[in-house]
Amino acid sequence: MELVVNQQKTAINERDLILRAQAGERAAFGELVQRYMRRAYFAALGFVGSPEDAMDLSQDAFARAYRARQKINPDMQFYTWFYQILRRLCFNFIRDRKLHRAKLREQKSWIVDEATFRSSQRNPQRNVEREETRRRVRRAIETLPDREREVLVLKEFEGLKYREIAEIVGIPIGTVMSRLYSARRNLAAAIEEMES
Amino acid sequence: MSERHDSLSERAHALMMAALDGELTAQERDELDRMLAADAGLRNEFEKLRTVKEVTKTMTFREPPEEVWETYWVSVYNRAERSLGWLFLSLGLIVVFGWAGWQFVDAILTDTELPLLIKIAIFLGVLGGGILFFSVIREKWFTHKRDAYKEVVR
Repeated sequence: MELVVNQQKTAINERDLILRAQAGERAAFGELVQRYMRRAYFAALGFVGSPEDAMDLSQDAFARAYRARQKINPDMQFYTWFYQILRRLCFNFIRDRKLHRAKLREQKSWIVDEATFRSSQRNPQRNVEREETRRRVRRAIETLPDREREVLVLKEFEGLKYREIAEIVGIPIGTVMSRLYSARRNLAAAIEEMES
Repeated sequence: MSERHDSLSERAHALMMAALDGELTAQERDELDRMLAADAGLRNEFEKLRTVKEVTKTMTFREPPEEVWETYWVSVYNRAERSLGWLFLSLGLIVVFGWAGWQFVDAILTDTELPLLIKIAIFLGVLGGGILFFSVIREKWFTHKRDAYKEVVR
């Protein structure tokens, strides 16, 4: 109950911020940026795999959103609208980068395995045994097809529900699940390849 | 038969995903249990996917330094402002250079004392210079767009 009330308050507050930003109040848009900058950065990171490019793209997306702020529907979630800009920029970037043959796998890994780090403090031997599996999975995530990686990142790293992923990406829930299945099957194959 | 098999597979895949992500209803849980009980291959696949889920749920993003967030909004605003500045500057320059170019061409065409050969040579020189200028500008622009280290002072 308290969660629902908080969500409603956030929505009202966000609507107010959008309206103020549209009326020309720069600080109101700044507050929206502060609210979503981390999420936008990590979403971009999930797409492009490079922290520098993710920072650049997420800021660029906010700059574009700022210029197009009159088009925001105040009754919609800001991030859902903003994500479309970010997503398009990231896909364009990936397309351009593919043309220049810079591969994602050449980048330094952008995923941190918290569990590995914690267990390495407690049980170094066990960590050595599992590290190879985790390294394989990290590599496999980074080389997944873009649309599969997008859904996996939204599910595993952002912790969104299927309904939320479907809304934000603009696809049916069934497609969310099939992309997720395909992504996980690829990751399972990476583990299996290592074991065999 | 094949279509039915495909739709059963799709259903099984969806149920396995929902089970791993905790989005399964009690009724769906029963349905999945029945499918798993009847198919050893599916059980095997489910175990593999469960292993993947166990690995990925412990992963997280690498956090950037905290200072990055302090200047984030300022950088966003600067970008928005500068792009507007570039737009106005470009529009202004296009008009000015367009007008100057027209005046230049008009002056050459109306100059009756200038030999035709010289007129053609001047025209080709200006055209060549224009092509080189736009080519360099375009190259600089593309390089700037793709330079990951443009914030670094060299």
